[in-house]
Amino acid sequence: MTVRVQTADFDAGREIAELRGSDPRVGAVASFIGTVRDVNDAATVATMTLEHYPGMTEKALTGIIADARARFDILDALVVHRVGELRPADQIVLVVVTSAHRGDAFDACRFIMDYLKTRAPFWKKEVTSEGARWVDARVSDDDAAARWQTQTGNET
Amino acid sequence: MPDNSPLSVTAVTVRVVYLARLREAFGRSGESLAIAADAPDVAAVLATLRARDGVWARELAAGRAVRIAVNHQLVAADSPVREGDEVALLPPVTGG
Repeated sequence: MTVRVQTADFDAGREIAELRGSDPRVGAVASFIGTVRDVNDAATVATMTLEHYPGMTEKALTGIIADARARFDILDALVVHRVGELRPADQIVLVVVTSAHRGDAFDACRFIMDYLKTRAPFWKKEVTSEGARWVDARVSDDDAAARWQTQTGNET
Repeated sequence: MPDNSPLSVTAVTVRVVYLARLREAFGRSGESLAIAADAPDVAAVLATLRARDGVWARELAAGRAVRIAVNHQLVAADSPVREGDEVALLPPVTGG
């Protein structure tokens, strides 16, 4: 399991290769990359600054991956999240999951992103044509995370 | 009206951390805060800050979406706080 918070960009190909290594049990690799859009809520985004809560961020991400491992049959997972100043089209976040089969890889990758959006202490501040503003959380993000909770109802 | 003798009140000092929008609204990234309560908890920390009125009362009004982490763990309002705890006030997160 790997969790990193960094200002530097990442190379998804290299990260995926490292996570897979030469593990012959891996039959599926799912990945997600989040990037900066140039328009948000009808305003043009010039730059975006991402800040986090050092100390808690790494614990929150590690906890989310641990939850994913408990729910899905996965072999390994990685989250890289950037902080600092970013521009439209820049990469923000990378999630990679390896498993024996695609179902668990897809599900775990989505689960990790949905929980990251609602549980990991990151905040975006945009500089737009309308001025600087903190990005509002979206109700749809809460809904996406809640979807996984209703799906656990018949476990245990 | 129960008589709260001074001995029954626990006073603890916690480190409060303000993040993102709240840091800008309050004009500081954190502070040391003394909490006096029978059973010091997260709700008592928020009540102490709200009592300052102005921007504090507005930003921390009931219904505002502020989440609390004690020692880097998200917790509920009735979670206890202890001497030296780091109590962080988090606006809704927007990463990813």
